[in-house]
Amino acid sequence: METESRVPGLALPAGGEGPGADSCHAAGALGTAQGPLLAAAEVLALDDEEDDLEVFSKDTSLTEVNSFSPSVPISPSSMINQYKFEDGPELRDLFITVDDPESHITAIETFITYRVVTKTTRGEFDSSEYEVRRRYQDFIWLKSKLEEAHPTLIIPPLPEKFIIRGMVERFSDEFIETRRKALHKFLNRIADHPTLTFNEDFKIFLTAQAWELSSHKKQGPGLLSRMGQTVRAVASSVRGAVKNRPEMFTEMNNYLETFSQKINLLDKIAHRIYKEERDYFTEMKEYGPIHTLWSASEEDVGDCLKGLAGCIERCCRATERRMAGLAEHLLPILHEYVLYSEILMGVLKRRDQIQGELDSKVDALANKKPEKDLFSEEIGKLEDKVERANNALKADWDRWKQNMQWDMRSTFMNVAENNLHYYEECLATWESFLASQTVDLHVDEDSEDRP
Amino acid sequence: MESAEPSGCRPQEEEEEEEEEEEGEEEDGALPAPEQPSAAMEDCLAKKMEITVSEAEKRTGRNAMNIQETYTAYLIETRWVMRAQSQAYMDVHSKQIFPPSTPKNNQSSKEQILVNESQEDLSKVLQRRAVESQSEGQCTPVESLWRRYSEFELLRNYLSVTYPHIVVPPLPEKRADFVWHKLSADNMDPDFVERRRIGLENFLLRVASHPVLCQDKIFYAFLMQEGGWKEMVNETGFQLKADSRLKALNATFRVKNPDKRFTELKHYSDELQSVISHLLRVRARVADRLYGVYKVHGNYGRVFSEWSAIEKEMGDGLQSAGHHMDVYAASIDDILEEEEHYADQLKEYLFYAEALRAVCRKHELMQYDLEMAAQDLTSKKQQCEELATGTVRTFSLKGMTSKLFGQETPEQREAKIKVLEEQIQEGEEQLKSKNLEGRDFVKSAWADIERFKEQKNHDLKEALISYAVMQISMCKKGIQVWTNAKECFSKM
Repeated sequence: METESRVPGLALPAGGEGPGADSCHAAGALGTAQGPLLAAAEVLALDDEEDDLEVFSKDTSLTEVNSFSPSVPISPSSMINQYKFEDGPELRDLFITVDDPESHITAIETFITYRVVTKTTRGEFDSSEYEVRRRYQDFIWLKSKLEEAHPTLIIPPLPEKFIIRGMVERFSDEFIETRRKALHKFLNRIADHPTLTFNEDFKIFLTAQAWELSSHKKQGPGLLSRMGQTVRAVASSVRGAVKNRPEMFTEMNNYLETFSQKINLLDKIAHRIYKEERDYFTEMKEYGPIHTLWSASEEDVGDCLKGLAGCIERCCRATERRMAGLAEHLLPILHEYVLYSEILMGVLKRRDQIQGELDSKVDALANKKPEKDLFSEEIGKLEDKVERANNALKADWDRWKQNMQWDMRSTFMNVAENNLHYYEECLATWESFLASQTVDLHVDEDSEDRP
Repeated sequence: MESAEPSGCRPQEEEEEEEEEEEGEEEDGALPAPEQPSAAMEDCLAKKMEITVSEAEKRTGRNAMNIQETYTAYLIETRWVMRAQSQAYMDVHSKQIFPPSTPKNNQSSKEQILVNESQEDLSKVLQRRAVESQSEGQCTPVESLWRRYSEFELLRNYLSVTYPHIVVPPLPEKRADFVWHKLSADNMDPDFVERRRIGLENFLLRVASHPVLCQDKIFYAFLMQEGGWKEMVNETGFQLKADSRLKALNATFRVKNPDKRFTELKHYSDELQSVISHLLRVRARVADRLYGVYKVHGNYGRVFSEWSAIEKEMGDGLQSAGHHMDVYAASIDDILEEEEHYADQLKEYLFYAEALRAVCRKHELMQYDLEMAAQDLTSKKQQCEELATGTVRTFSLKGMTSKLFGQETPEQREAKIKVLEEQIQEGEEQLKSKNLEGRDFVKSAWADIERFKEQKNHDLKEALISYAVMQISMCKKGIQVWTNAKECFSKM
């Protein structure tokens, strides 16, 4: 009875989060990615996305290939801010955007797919442009494949399934937009990563049609084998890989403990500030009109009151912009790094595991002197594995730290700028009001000629 | 006839001119703008004397019911300011400023000597002091006494009853109202006491600058005579003159022909009261929210500092940025304290609305009284006529009883007529004087209302502008802090 109906979500073009999108904007490609009108909110009552059902996604007949449009006019300074320093924009050869969330309703479930557009000059890609639709499950799959292939590399975080602390409700427009931006970030971070960017599963994710992807997914090790790995991992880490851990990684662990704590606190603080600013905005909205009301019963002071009301109104709008800026930049970044800190913990653990494998093998053989030579090859392999893992982690850690530093600097500078714009705008408003009042005063004084 | 303007406070032009002409002859009180240097007639006390409420002190004592209580006492300090005024000026006006009053049971002090001396000696004392201070180049001595809030209330009640045609300045609030979470609603809270101290000083200055009120001897004694003042006030018997609330309410409902200007003024004062209350309530909420925004930023400071401990390159930038966030969070305290003064300025006019209504009520009462007296006179005249002509036009019990039990004798009727004629005579005189009273009241009240309106417009404008100035200062501080913070972030 229920055929699949295409009820699109928000008509959202690509945001300006990732560096890839920006250079495309710089290239001046402007179009509109407008979907049909949004339907009722209850349509978006999505079930848990854990099931393995096939993804039905509409064959998106490609409209304009160059269909990017900035949702907000991107100022030059913010564009610069979003360039990563790692690869200069001239070196990048892979540009990815995530946009156009659409809701898909079937008899069995409802879910959202996102459009993923890739542009590339790389030879390994058959074509220079791809457009596919992916759902959240697919992203999870990609992440787990990357983790598998590179256990000691730092895989970027995915947005969570749902947000507990609520500035958004589950699957509201806000939620979807937040998620879309995070997914966009996720893919772009992978694209920027010197190693991950060449991962085969990544390529398939970007290019394969829906059916291709699902058949490819089924090829890999199943859920059970993945679970088995986890169990072993936990077991071996318990076995005290810590005792042979090189100093460097202990330092990393210590750093991470504090960092994780602080970033979580900052996340909470930022949300709290947002809430307070929103409450302030709500009260301010009521404050201005009272002055206008008052001006109706006053003659002399009426104009002054109206002027004041106007000022308050303008400051109110400025507050709104400040809030939006916070939600746009600071909150997503802090949240991403909260997730990053968890990921990093996991990476360090996996490294410990790998070392643990080596250590346990070495310990086991310590008691079997004559057979040592037989297993020397195996031990050699494990030693290599440990060394590779350590080096990969070290390099990626340094890279991550640099990125983090850059991200924090640019984000907090953006916060400061946001606040500066707010105060400057309010200042201008009040100063012009004051100037107008002083002029009036002088006019009054001149005309004072009472008997 | 009257123009229907929103504020309803503009009398007809001709009337105004008439009144001013008459005024010039009679009183020298109600004149506009005390600041005008040409107003040589302005002899308010505020120009001659520095008045401050300089301290507040917690005290305990036993009240009338012999129960221990805690209250706050306020120190009023006064100091004569000798300006280069002519002696003649002082001679002329010393009589008005120091009306002869010799309160009994007073304690001897410099001030009492001043008050007790005869008029001649008084002006000589003034002259002497003026010469002394000018030659010595020193300040005149400061007199001081302590008063508590209830005494201020007594003073104001006295003034309201004694000068019903004057818009009497209001007292600061008795209990803290329109508080937001940081402010305490406790009367003993030092911030509240401080703001009340300022409010009481403001009240005294307002009275002292009022052309009529400043000449009142009870007011003068309030400033100068600590002991026996209460008795002095009570001796004036002002409580007896006070109109009962019930009477006033009755009059408000029943009056038929009040001066339209007063009706409009009443509406205006209602509107003013309602809008300022609303404004103050919302302002308190806005202040609360603003406080929250600033203070939460303070958390950044702490966390940045802790985070900087584990960072090598980012550490310095984080640490110093955190410091600026602390500065930002702390800055809100001063900002909001200043804003409280602004709120207090508005509050004064909120309470002034009540004073305006009191004057309107008095008018309604007088008008009603007049109407009742006129009605009574008319009915008496009618009765008289009926008795004289024997016709009964109106139903009366007397008429019925006389129908039932027989007519009165001519002698009885004659006697009645005589009595009525006397009463009518009396009534007509009373009516005439009431009419005059009423007209005088309207005239002088309206003059003071005009004075008040100018004061209000001036004060409100000033307050609103000062609000803008405060906002500007807040914005500038914000810009400074965030510029510094941005600088620090850029070094991360």
